[in-house]
Amino acid sequence: MSTAPLSATPARRRPKGAAAGRLAVVPLLLFVAVSFGVPALAMAYGAFTTYNPGKPSQYTMGNLTASLQGGYLDALIGSVKLSALSALIAVVAGLLLAQAVVTSRFALLRKAVLSASGVLANFGGVPLAFAFIATLGNAGVLTTKLHLDQHGWSLYSFNGLVLVYLYFLIPLMVLSVIPSLDGLRRQWREAAQNNGATAWQYWRHVALPVLAPSLLGGFVLLFGSAFAAYATAAAMVGATVPLVTLQIATALSGNVSADATNVALAMSLDMVVIATLVMVIYIPLQRRSARWLV
Amino acid sequence: MAGVTASALTTEGRPAPSTANGGGSAGPRGVLGALGRIRWGRGTVLLVSALYFMVPIGATLWFTVDNSPQGFSLDAYRQIFTVPGLWPALQLSLLLAAGTIVLVYLLLIPTVVAVRLGSPKLRTVVELTCTLPLVVPTIALTAGISDVLRWCNDNLAPTPFYATFLYAQNANFPVVLLLAYVVMALPLAFRTLDAGMRTLDVRTLLEAAQNNGAGRARAIVTVILPNLRSAMLNTAFITLALVLGEFTVASILGYVPFAVWIVNGNSAGQGPVTVAVSVVSLLLTWLLLFVLSLGGDRRNSAPAQQ
Repeated sequence: MSTAPLSATPARRRPKGAAAGRLAVVPLLLFVAVSFGVPALAMAYGAFTTYNPGKPSQYTMGNLTASLQGGYLDALIGSVKLSALSALIAVVAGLLLAQAVVTSRFALLRKAVLSASGVLANFGGVPLAFAFIATLGNAGVLTTKLHLDQHGWSLYSFNGLVLVYLYFLIPLMVLSVIPSLDGLRRQWREAAQNNGATAWQYWRHVALPVLAPSLLGGFVLLFGSAFAAYATAAAMVGATVPLVTLQIATALSGNVSADATNVALAMSLDMVVIATLVMVIYIPLQRRSARWLV
Repeated sequence: MAGVTASALTTEGRPAPSTANGGGSAGPRGVLGALGRIRWGRGTVLLVSALYFMVPIGATLWFTVDNSPQGFSLDAYRQIFTVPGLWPALQLSLLLAAGTIVLVYLLLIPTVVAVRLGSPKLRTVVELTCTLPLVVPTIALTAGISDVLRWCNDNLAPTPFYATFLYAQNANFPVVLLLAYVVMALPLAFRTLDAGMRTLDVRTLLEAAQNNGAGRARAIVTVILPNLRSAMLNTAFITLALVLGEFTVASILGYVPFAVWIVNGNSAGQGPVTVAVSVVSLLLTWLLLFVLSLGGDRRNSAPAQQ
């Protein structure tokens, strides 16, 4: 009924509407160009130049070289290791939890876990750090009650950070994998069982291959989140664990030296390169898993 | 992380395809036997998860009310009302949140309408623009901003722009932070508003309004926006949560909104109060997001039943 006027008008109205449409997008593009483009370009430019007030800046590869050496390199590797390990654990744990929820008979459990995951996936930064300090820090409730410190436990370490990061990574994984688990057809399992497959064989040859793109996509996504995280680590460990975000912050604060600022810009560029790789891997994977599991 | 949760919030509400797993209907005996075995594993997984996710929250609450020698005390929570510096910091955060939400609306609402009506090419451009901030981690954006500020500081002093530059960094309302927060909120806000838009038949609504004599702008304001209300509310909540919790940009650029105050106060020896404040802020944020996720569930499943 409503299609008649629509199909009659586009020839005349489309061009005008399209032009108006493009105009409506202009403020957004301008805003992003100024508020995001300028700092981003300044960062890229600063990474390749020297900075002396009053003098023209000169091109140099020194900042990038420095950002990939010594303590800075350790920090970058530390960040990659931390993100990869916590993402890996979160993928496995998130898959198990999601599967437990999806196959549950209780609709309420599913709803509760989904809502809680939506909330906890947003739970990062300072409050997360504080919650864990109050629980497992030096004076934390569990630490003192269970005398964990006598067993060599320290929250302010690499392993401590992994434990803390899992708190928002696992819910994130649950949220991103549940749609895929829902997409696994019951008939596939039945077909496998009719052909004599064990549960393990079903998972090994049917479910996991179908889930693979979404699991890998999830891993990459979690890696990206953990890699970019700063506030939690800053509030928790200060600078005792070498992480690239912490190094950038220290260098920017100007406590080190004036040159350090440009090295910080170079480290930021390193991060952008890694984050870009993450997105380049993630987007096609997400499309692919969406195609399979509709 | 922010970008992630947009999809999270939207996929979450999607009605589950009926996998019939939940039905518990009797299958062949072998399947039941297998299920019986699996339930053990499921129970363990659920128990461990519940412990992992609940213990830190419980322990934090305990930490704030346990005053070692005397025992239970609500002092930490009472001090929230008297501790110096908290209210100015909270005010700054709320002001920034309000500014961010307004700016996000102004920039994105015309955009999502245009994207819905326009060509696929326009959509690609806008989606790409709104995804870009995800490629630059917050700390890298901060590094870029501080570089721009340093350059301005060194080169703008003799020019008339210097006053504008100083104004943008005014500690009472730092425009720099506002701009950064809008950039950070964009990916999430765009996806939320766009998802809200997808449920509307915009073209028909506009046609109807225009046939009744409304101009395009009026049609958008009086017909489209009311229909977009829940998506707008979602965007506002998520943006509010983002700004209230934001620490990275503010702390490095030297401002003291809410989250930075908490950390500074904690290292200045006001331990229990700051933890109490963070608990309260957390509970409020969670309540907000929880209501949001329940609401989203109801709204999205309604059309599916028709």
